[in-house]
Amino acid sequence: MEEYKVLIVEDSPTMRQLIAFSLKRLKNIKIVEASDGVDGLKKLSQDAFQLIITDINMPVMDGLKLVSLIRKDAVYKTVPIFIITTEGGQEDRERAMALGANAYITKPISGPQVLEMVKSYLNIK
Amino acid sequence: MDKKEEKDRNIFERAEEFLQVFKKGAEFTQELLKTNEQLRYRILQLEEEGMSLKTNPVLPDKQYEELAKQIEALKEEREEITKRIKEIENENKDFAIRYVEVEEENNNLANLYIASYQLHSTLDFKEVLQIILEIIINLIGAEEFGIFLLDEKTHELKIMASEGIDETQVPSINMGVGTIGRVAKNGEPYFMEDMSDSSKTDWLNPMVAIPLKIKEHVIGVIVIYRLLQQKKNFTPLDHELFTLLAGHAATAIFSSKLYSESERKLSTIQGFIDLLTK
Repeated sequence: MEEYKVLIVEDSPTMRQLIAFSLKRLKNIKIVEASDGVDGLKKLSQDAFQLIITDINMPVMDGLKLVSLIRKDAVYKTVPIFIITTEGGQEDRERAMALGANAYITKPISGPQVLEMVKSYLNIK
Repeated sequence: MDKKEEKDRNIFERAEEFLQVFKKGAEFTQELLKTNEQLRYRILQLEEEGMSLKTNPVLPDKQYEELAKQIEALKEEREEITKRIKEIENENKDFAIRYVEVEEENNNLANLYIASYQLHSTLDFKEVLQIILEIIINLIGAEEFGIFLLDEKTHELKIMASEGIDETQVPSINMGVGTIGRVAKNGEPYFMEDMSDSSKTDWLNPMVAIPLKIKEHVIGVIVIYRLLQQKKNFTPLDHELFTLLAGHAATAIFSSKLYSESERKLSTIQGFIDLLTK
């Protein structure tokens, strides 16, 4: 069975745990957590991920900067990136999508909704 | 003379031939008429047989009865299967609805579990406050809010942690004064009726005020002034989270405060002991 690796970049341990808790229902999934953009880049260089989930507002390096850097990397040019954020404005959404995000989800999140989106992007039935 | 006789004989022979042909034609016509009559009769017979087959099939009575029974049984079976399919379809609908409900419940429980787990994951007072803030932002979806704690000496509620607001602008609140003071006094949560009206922040009258209680003793109030723009109203899960925060956040704050104080006292005592033993 193919294993999918998902990177969660989020400064809030509560949110990281909530997202991981929702995704752990998929049996063939490995979750790696990072607490900010720089930590996220470090984790990306250490392993190959099939999906990246990131917050926007984070210390050290925010999620938008992270997305733009990820998209410059040939390895991660087409890997799906989900943004999960408190920023609900249309401008924020458009900016994130223009930088290369695939999905923009606003907090508070619904675990089943995130799970379904992940399954859809990873083609898991 | 001979020629005339021969001519006469030829005419006679030809007349004879013509007569023969005519006779054969007449016979053939008679035969055709007879055959036609027979065919018409046969058609009538077949039509009658057809009609009679429709009303009285030409099968032995016993076989007919068996076939009729089989048809009847098949009809009943078909009805039974149709009925069962409908029942299964209804059951499937019920299962689908139940599945959605269970998923929602599971999601709610996951949120509550994680909130509770995080609240009790540390004994550091500041970390506890930070976790409460995280829960309110990420799980409830508030934009401007604060945690007021009761100062046991002055009996005032003072803001200890917040998000989206300037804490220096927020006054200390006396017990019983304004919505926050009243919630702290009577221990009952408050929810503004018209949630859409949050254009102006009134420090004393927020949209939500949740008392932090240990049994009946109120140690503070969680106050929400504004929700995130995408959050329009509260869900049943939010109310569950508020209930959880009212109890668990209060216990976590109280425990971490006591722990910090005991740590501080311990280090002071240790300092004295070190001085005395030197």
